Amino acid sequence: MNAKPYWFKIKRFIIQSCTILSLFFSSQICFAAGEKITFPKLDWSFSGITGTFDRASQQRGLQVYKEVCAGCHGMRLLAYRNLKAIGYNDDEIKAFASENSVNTLNDDGEVVEREARPSDKFVSPYPNEQAARVANGGAYPPDLSLIVKARSDGANYLHALLTGYVDAPAEQKIPDGMYYNKYYPGKLIGMPQPLYEDGVEYSDGTKATPNQMAKDVTAFLAWAAEPEMEDRKRLGISVILFLLVLTLLSYLAMKQIWAPIKNR
Amino acid sequence: MSKAKFKNPVVKWIDHRLPIFSFMDHELNHYPTPKNLNYFWNFGSLAGIALVTMIITGIVLSMNYTAHVDYAFDSVERIMRDVNHGWLIRYIHMNGASFFFIVVYIHIFRGLYYGSYKAPRELLWILGVLILLLMMATAFMGYVLPWGQMSFWGATVITNLFSAIPLVGESIVTWLWGGFSVDNSTLNRFFSLHFVLPFVIVGVVILHLVALHRFGSNNPIGIDVKGTQDTLPFNPYYTIKDLFGLGVFLTIFAAAVFFFPNFMGHPDNYIEANPMVTPAHIVPEWYFLPFYAILRAIPDKLGGVLFMFGSIAVLFVIPWLDRSSVRSSQFRPIFKIFFWILLADCVLLGYLGAMPAEGIYVILSRIATAYYFFHFLILFPLLPYIEKTKPLPISISEPVLSGSSPASAFAFREKK
Repeated sequence: MNAKPYWFKIKRFIIQSCTILSLFFSSQICFAAGEKITFPKLDWSFSGITGTFDRASQQRGLQVYKEVCAGCHGMRLLAYRNLKAIGYNDDEIKAFASENSVNTLNDDGEVVEREARPSDKFVSPYPNEQAARVANGGAYPPDLSLIVKARSDGANYLHALLTGYVDAPAEQKIPDGMYYNKYYPGKLIGMPQPLYEDGVEYSDGTKATPNQMAKDVTAFLAWAAEPEMEDRKRLGISVILFLLVLTLLSYLAMKQIWAPIKNR
Repeated sequence: MSKAKFKNPVVKWIDHRLPIFSFMDHELNHYPTPKNLNYFWNFGSLAGIALVTMIITGIVLSMNYTAHVDYAFDSVERIMRDVNHGWLIRYIHMNGASFFFIVVYIHIFRGLYYGSYKAPRELLWILGVLILLLMMATAFMGYVLPWGQMSFWGATVITNLFSAIPLVGESIVTWLWGGFSVDNSTLNRFFSLHFVLPFVIVGVVILHLVALHRFGSNNPIGIDVKGTQDTLPFNPYYTIKDLFGLGVFLTIFAAAVFFFPNFMGHPDNYIEANPMVTPAHIVPEWYFLPFYAILRAIPDKLGGVLFMFGSIAVLFVIPWLDRSSVRSSQFRPIFKIFFWILLADCVLLGYLGAMPAEGIYVILSRIATAYYFFHFLILFPLLPYIEKTKPLPISISEPVLSGSSPASAFAFREKK
């Protein structure tokens, strides 16, 4: 018998076991790597069972996204037409969409560019992940469509992250292309501080402090992640009221039906 | 034939040739049911309703879902954003899985407490455990379909467990995947199986009901029905009680669907699957956590897998492990204490499954796993030799006749 394949099998088994075990114990590493990061809990207009989005804040948030974030971060799940939900009219949406261009085919079958229409999805800043990584020193700016839902306590986390750029402690080594953020897991983040005092000029006269901009863009992204939220909560209240009445009636009916058995 | 009399001539005509109306009259209307059932007997019908809800919402979702690694995630988001009330259908389906498990777990622990698995209901119990096993397979494959990070890595971890099988493990994993990693063919077959298994569950549920109706429900005092004085017709007494229970269940369910739809999910599943990036913390859905804790408690991979499957397998044989002829815990003072210890043990295992496998958590998982098997394999067979059971009542009517409803009779007995 040839011993080599046998040994090879054992080796493969060991490697795979290690992979699986490391998957199982990765949580351990994660817990051991750093103390638990806590971030401030804000009072969002959209929290709670009756919470709704603040239109003015969302519109300011869209402006922050457009002028600050959109250079690197896409929102590929959102269509321009969706902006109607945060209070823009058809003409504004058309104008907003037409600032971007998308590829299409002309009658001769050639790839040409055309202006984006309201029915188009938000145009991402990079054609693919590879291009995004090359342009950002290896880091990949994630798509923001679902970011609030894709992080634990997403809204508070995002606000904290955007305002979490502070001077690093002296003992902290900052590698090239990395930045110190006290709320980022591991504290070293590939994204430079995005929000500075008066980074955008709000048309409604709101003072554009980093804290204000972080709140506004979070409100916008919270809506982008859960555009159905207001409908959902509104419908939920009606459904639950209906169910409470149904339950009460069935309870009374049950008491009446069972009364002869109970009093026998 | 049946004594049922139908006035409607069409019904009469059909029933004479195809006695479905007699059947329904017999099994749903006159069906004699013990008069002392408490609210824990609501969970069987609730489980049935949860299954139907899952099938209906699932069929609608499948009309809009695309089982392909490049489109699955986006097709789910399209359901959430562009399909009319798609978010509602999906959130009902997503939370429905959790609530289905909540209901079924309560149903199972009710069976354990009142000895519903004992003769002559052994097959009824075994079919129930089979349903649980099918549900677990279905839920696992369903969780893979949105093709988020937890979908992908959960599928990778769980399918890799089969590689622990000696000699053929590797080949089995390749066969399960339909390739050399979790990929498009895996997603496709999981979708296919996730669609078909619920109908297999329906089949087993029908057998479960046939077995149930052979001897009727067990009851809180666990003694056999002696005659008609001990029973009530199912309709209207238990139809209305089940309706009330359904109302309470749906209210809680609706609160989750409309106000906390992602509470029982994991945020990482809103990140599209990426084979190049491993999430920091791979955890299964909450309803698998106790089994996950057992898996991790054993330091050997194959051993862990065997103990995990063993924790379900042992449920199949408990009708023969429990040697006591007394069904209900109400008359088994020691068994009753250990029942609550078992429940606490399972909750503890669930908690440990969510914790990192380090330090005290590992030791606790081992103790909790050891207790789980001790309970069924050692305590069940040996306890009857030590335990002195309380005297059983002569019939079900006795406590009911002492002026209390089944519900308050239960509370009354608890006080005693």
